[in-house]
Amino acid sequence: MLKLLNISASYQDIPILENIYLNISSKLFYGIIGPNGAGKTTLLKIMTGIKGPDAGEVLLQGKKINRFAKKEVAKIMAVVPQSSFVPPLFTVEDVVSMGRYPFQQLRFSDSDADRRCVDEAMEKTGINGLRHRRINELSGGQRQEVIIARALAQTPQILMLDEPTANLDIKHQMKILHLTSALVRNEGMAAVMVIHDLNLAARFCDRLILLHDKKILTMGTPETVLTPAHLKTAYGVETSVGENPLTRSLEVTVLDKKGAVHESVKQCVNY
Amino acid sequence: MKHGNYFLMMGFIGTGLLFTACLAVMIGPVVIKPLLVVKIWVHQFTGGLIEKEWSRIPEVIVMDIRTPRVLLSILVGMGLAVSGAAMQGLFRNPMAEPYVLGMSSGAAVGACLAIVLGMGRVFGPFAIPILAFTGATVTIFVVYNIARTGNRVPTETLLLAGIAVGLFLYAVVSFLKISASMENLQNVVLWLMGSFAMATWMDVKIVILPLLGGICVLCFMVRELDILQFGEETAIHLGMNVETVKRILLIASALVTGAAVSVSGIIGFVGLIVPHMVRMAMGSRHRILLPASALCGAIFLVCCDTLARVVSQPSEVPIGIITAAIGAPYFVYLLKRRKNAVNWW
Ligand SMILES: Nc1ncnc2c1ncn2[C@@H]1O[C@H](COP(=O)(O)OP(=O)(O)O)[C@@H](O)[C@H]1O
Ligand SMILES: [Mg+2]
Repeated sequence: MLKLLNISASYQDIPILENIYLNISSKLFYGIIGPNGAGKTTLLKIMTGIKGPDAGEVLLQGKKINRFAKKEVAKIMAVVPQSSFVPPLFTVEDVVSMGRYPFQQLRFSDSDADRRCVDEAMEKTGINGLRHRRINELSGGQRQEVIIARALAQTPQILMLDEPTANLDIKHQMKILHLTSALVRNEGMAAVMVIHDLNLAARFCDRLILLHDKKILTMGTPETVLTPAHLKTAYGVETSVGENPLTRSLEVTVLDKKGAVHESVKQCVNY
Repeated sequence: MKHGNYFLMMGFIGTGLLFTACLAVMIGPVVIKPLLVVKIWVHQFTGGLIEKEWSRIPEVIVMDIRTPRVLLSILVGMGLAVSGAAMQGLFRNPMAEPYVLGMSSGAAVGACLAIVLGMGRVFGPFAIPILAFTGATVTIFVVYNIARTGNRVPTETLLLAGIAVGLFLYAVVSFLKISASMENLQNVVLWLMGSFAMATWMDVKIVILPLLGGICVLCFMVRELDILQFGEETAIHLGMNVETVKRILLIASALVTGAAVSVSGIIGFVGLIVPHMVRMAMGSRHRILLPASALCGAIFLVCCDTLARVVSQPSEVPIGIITAAIGAPYFVYLLKRRKNAVNWW
C-alpha cells in the first residue's frame, strides 16, 4: 500500500536517513522504535509526503506520492503528529469536523456523510460526551483522543501516529493502543506508530521497525526484532528479553552494568 | 454556536450598523431628522417609491455629502477589519495586519506617486486606486519572495520581511514628500493622515468592487483559516494546499488594503483592535470572526469618522488621528492586562 524505495533524507546537508526500504501493507500494525534522534519522526514525514526525500521514491498505491493532489493523499492517509499544538476556543466537534476537509465540496456547510463520519469517529474514540467542550479545557489524554478522532474522520486506509502515548497515563496509553489495534483488526487499516515503550510495542504491534544510525537496523515481528543484541546496538544498553506470563508477549528488562536489574530503569511494568 | 444563534447575532450587528449609519448621516452642522434621512434614502434608492415632500437642501446634504461618506467609511472599515482578521489568522499572530506586512506602505507609495506626479490630471480618478493596489500587490510579492526559502514561506520570516520592507517604503514616502511641489505636498500630507472628507459617489463606485470582492474571497477561506490555527503541517496532513491558500489570502488582502488606502489614506489600528474585540466577545472561529469583524469594523469606522467631523467643528480632525487616539490606549491596556498567550488569542 505504501512503499519506500531506497530513501535518503537530510536536514541542511546532515544525513538523517540512508537507503531505507519499507513496505507498509494493510491489516498490519507497525511500530517504529529507536533511540531519540534516530530519525523516526523524519521517517514518518517522508512517508506522509510532508518532507521530500533527497533520493529514492515514496509510492502510495503504486503511484509517486508527490503526484497525488494533497487532498487525495489526505483521503488515504491520516496523521496524528508528534506535538499537536492546540489553539484555544475550538470545540471538540469543530476539531473533529476538520478531518472532513479533504472531502468537503460545500464551502459553508457539511454534508450528511461528513456529519456521519464525524459522529462515527467520536464514537470510536469514545469522546462523544466531550462534543461541545473546548479542547483547551481538556486533559492531555483527551486532547490526544480528539486529534485521533480528527484523523479517523478522514476515513483513512493508513493511520500514522507519532508518539501518541508520550506524556499520557497508563490508562490513556492502553486506550489508544487498544483503539489502534482494533482499527487494524476490524477495519483492515494499516497503522504506523512511533512508540518508545518497547513492552507495549511488543504487545500490540504486528511488525517492528528498529531505526539506528540512519538505517533500519532490523525489521520484522517483535520476536525477531527485540533481541538483546539488537537492543544493545541501537540503545547501547544491556537487556534481558523474556515472556510476560500474563500477556504472553515479549518483555524487555533493562539491566545495569553489573547485570542486575537497575531499579530506576526497570521497564517491566505489568499492565 | 447553532445556526439560529449565528444568524441572530449577525442580524443584530447588521441592524446596529444600519442604525449607526443613519445616525451618522443625521449628525453634522445641519442636523437632519432620522425619519427624513430614511425617507430620502427610500426615495432615492427605490426610484421614488415615496413622494418627495422636502426641500433640496436636506436632500443634497444627505445624498451628495453624507451618504457617500458614510458608505465609504463602511466599506473601508469592513475591508480593514476583515483583512486584519484574516492576516492574524494566517500568521497566527495577533499583531499581524496589512500594515505590519508593509502592504499599506506599498499602497501609500503608489498613491503618493500618483499625487506627486500629478497623474490624476492625465488618468482621471482611477490613477490613485490603481497605483495603490499595484503598490500593495508588488509589496506583498516582494515580501513573500524575500521570506521564501525553497518553496516554503515560513511565517516568522514573512512578518520580519514585511516589517523591513514596510519601513523602507515609509522612507520612500518621506522622500516623495520632500520632492513634491508645495501644492502636491499639501495633498500628500492631507491624504496620508487619512480622511473621508473628500468622499464622493465616484470614490464609492471605484472601490466598491475590489473591496467587496476581496472581502468575499477572504470570507470564503474561513475553513482554511480555522485549520491553519493548528499549524501548517496539520493543514497539509488534512489535505490543504497551504502555499496556494497563503497566496490567495495575501492577494485578496492586498486588493482590499490597496482599495481602502487609495480612498482614505492610512488609517491605523482598525485591523488590529476590531478583530481583537470580536475575538474576545465571540471566539476565534473564523466563520464567525470574519463576518462579525466586517460589520463591527464598519460600525467602528463610521463612528470614528463622525467624531472626526464633529469634535472640532467647523474644521475636521483627520480620522487616522481619531482611530489612533482610541486604538493606541486600548492596545496598551490589552498589553498590560495580558497574562498569558491564551488570553491574548
Ligand atoms: N527541522 C529540522 N531541522 C534540522 N534538523 C532536524 C530537524 N528535525 C529533526 N532534525 C534532526 O534530525 C534527527 C532526527 O530527528 P527526528 O526524526 O525528530 O528523531 P526522532 O523522532 O527519532 O526522535 C535529529 O538529530 C534532529 O536533530
Ligand atoms: Mg520524534
